[in-house]
Amino acid sequence: MKHAATSLGALIVFAVLLAAVVAPLVAPHDPFVQDLNQRLVPPEWMDGGSAVHPFGTDQLGRDYLSRLLYGARISMMIGIFTVVTSGLIGITLGVFGGYFGGKIDEVVMFIITCRLSIPLILVALTVVALIGSSLLVVILTLGLLLWERFAVVSRTTTMQVRNLDYIAAAQAAGASRRHILLREVLPNILTPLVVVATLEMALAILLEAALSFLGLGVPPPLPSWGLMIAEGKDYMFFSPWVIMIPGIALFVLVLGINLLGDGLRDLLGAARPT
Amino acid sequence: MLRFLLRRAVLALLVCLTVLVISFALTRLSGDLAISIAGPNATEQDIATVRKNYGLDRPLPTQFVDWAVHAAEGDLGRSYLYHAPVAGLIKERMPITLTLGLTGLVIALVVAIPLGVIAAMREGSLLDRAIGLLALFGQAMPSFWLSLVLIIWLGLNLQLLPISGVDTWQGYIMPGIVLAFSAIPALMRLTRAGMIDALSSDYIRTARAKGLSSTKIVLKHALRNAAMPVVSVAAVQLGFMLGGSIVIEAVFALHGVGYLAWESISKNDFPVVQAVVLILAIIYIGLTLLADAMNAVLDPRLRAA
Repeated sequence: MKHAATSLGALIVFAVLLAAVVAPLVAPHDPFVQDLNQRLVPPEWMDGGSAVHPFGTDQLGRDYLSRLLYGARISMMIGIFTVVTSGLIGITLGVFGGYFGGKIDEVVMFIITCRLSIPLILVALTVVALIGSSLLVVILTLGLLLWERFAVVSRTTTMQVRNLDYIAAAQAAGASRRHILLREVLPNILTPLVVVATLEMALAILLEAALSFLGLGVPPPLPSWGLMIAEGKDYMFFSPWVIMIPGIALFVLVLGINLLGDGLRDLLGAARPT
Repeated sequence: MLRFLLRRAVLALLVCLTVLVISFALTRLSGDLAISIAGPNATEQDIATVRKNYGLDRPLPTQFVDWAVHAAEGDLGRSYLYHAPVAGLIKERMPITLTLGLTGLVIALVVAIPLGVIAAMREGSLLDRAIGLLALFGQAMPSFWLSLVLIIWLGLNLQLLPISGVDTWQGYIMPGIVLAFSAIPALMRLTRAGMIDALSSDYIRTARAKGLSSTKIVLKHALRNAAMPVVSVAAVQLGFMLGGSIVIEAVFALHGVGYLAWESISKNDFPVVQAVVLILAIIYIGLTLLADAMNAVLDPRLRAA
């Protein structure tokens, strides 16, 4: 059952990634073209639906399946690039604190404590509101905010690795500090960091959707899933599928990433980062 | 223990000061605040007037010291939008946010602790796996979307609960459930891990050998020990929930501090934004300090330090 769950997670993530890559090839329509005569057409499987718009259309008559496919691009880009940014910041801080210890470690711990005490969503909303909403701004904002788990985990694992024999051997052989950190420490702490990366990727995707939902994330007319839910909100009582389709897509993707992360944690034998 | 707590208190104070700087710097990110406040149709003249009236023509360090000194005295400035003291605006709305946060926390604990205990007692079983999967489901749930689904389902279809506002206590149930979702996975896993540890310890074996009943062992001995970390993490989670309630307050139109912040961000009311960031951070810092103190009192190893 455990392996089945992990495989399912991997399958979901792979499918969404594939959808994101091939969206322009497989989308039945242009996701930005409006057709005001075809507004809020229900999905194919409901009464009044047609095969022309398999997932129906939104309040501006845009094809919902096409928007959903292009929306996968936004979620995946947010997830991947935020993790790269936050990973770089967090791992650098964590490895430095863990390896050097003492005063440097105290400074690192202080920075982590400060970051944790700042209300995440509120600060992200403010930054996006002030600088202007765009995909890049959202990625950088989330990247600059979501590094603390990387820092905490890489710090702890570096501390465990620091006193092992092979580090001492490298030091005795006269290896540079840079070599020791990049070639000896980093490869040996990567396993738990892979698990952190999945957690942060899931969180980044959820946060982007929440920011876009509040109108301070990815700007319209981009088909962010969060934005699709926000735009469909006014019509949800009579056409619930306008919020159900993007919502389920978001939920399934995040669940898939978490299942994959959970499975990797068991496979790689890493402890659960809290 | 006193030295440990003193050290923590000094650290907390330093964090507060840093947050003070951050919350000030945050609202200055756009460069010139006066342009944002005056709006897109303002003339040069308007912008200059705004700059002068709000004291934005002074050097940044002066503005910062002014804000920091006043903040320390409890004066958080005046709202551009409401033309009223910010401290009063926040104070008026804080009860709603706190009630929501506590409702969420209570629901989270009521769900998470029994599930964690059951999972630990049947460690490795199908039931344990199912509960673990449930936690992953909770983690993957977008809170704003769950809010809308609950509004359609419980509010519109079943007509069980009001769909917005808090005119009655029922208004807190749906937002509380949504807020609880964010804390349940972590609290449940912590309870489970703590219970597994406790159940395999010597004193539980002794209790078993004395012939105490299973239920009594689990509830009286194991849970009491497993509860310590859960209680301190719950305090920290409450801090996260107060910060995270902004999305939920926006969906359910609950006029708490989160809603105030959201409104202020979209309407360029910066004194309110920086004050809310500061207040929420201070509450979080206070809650972590409280958690540290609880750990110090409950854990004999820290008591001696």
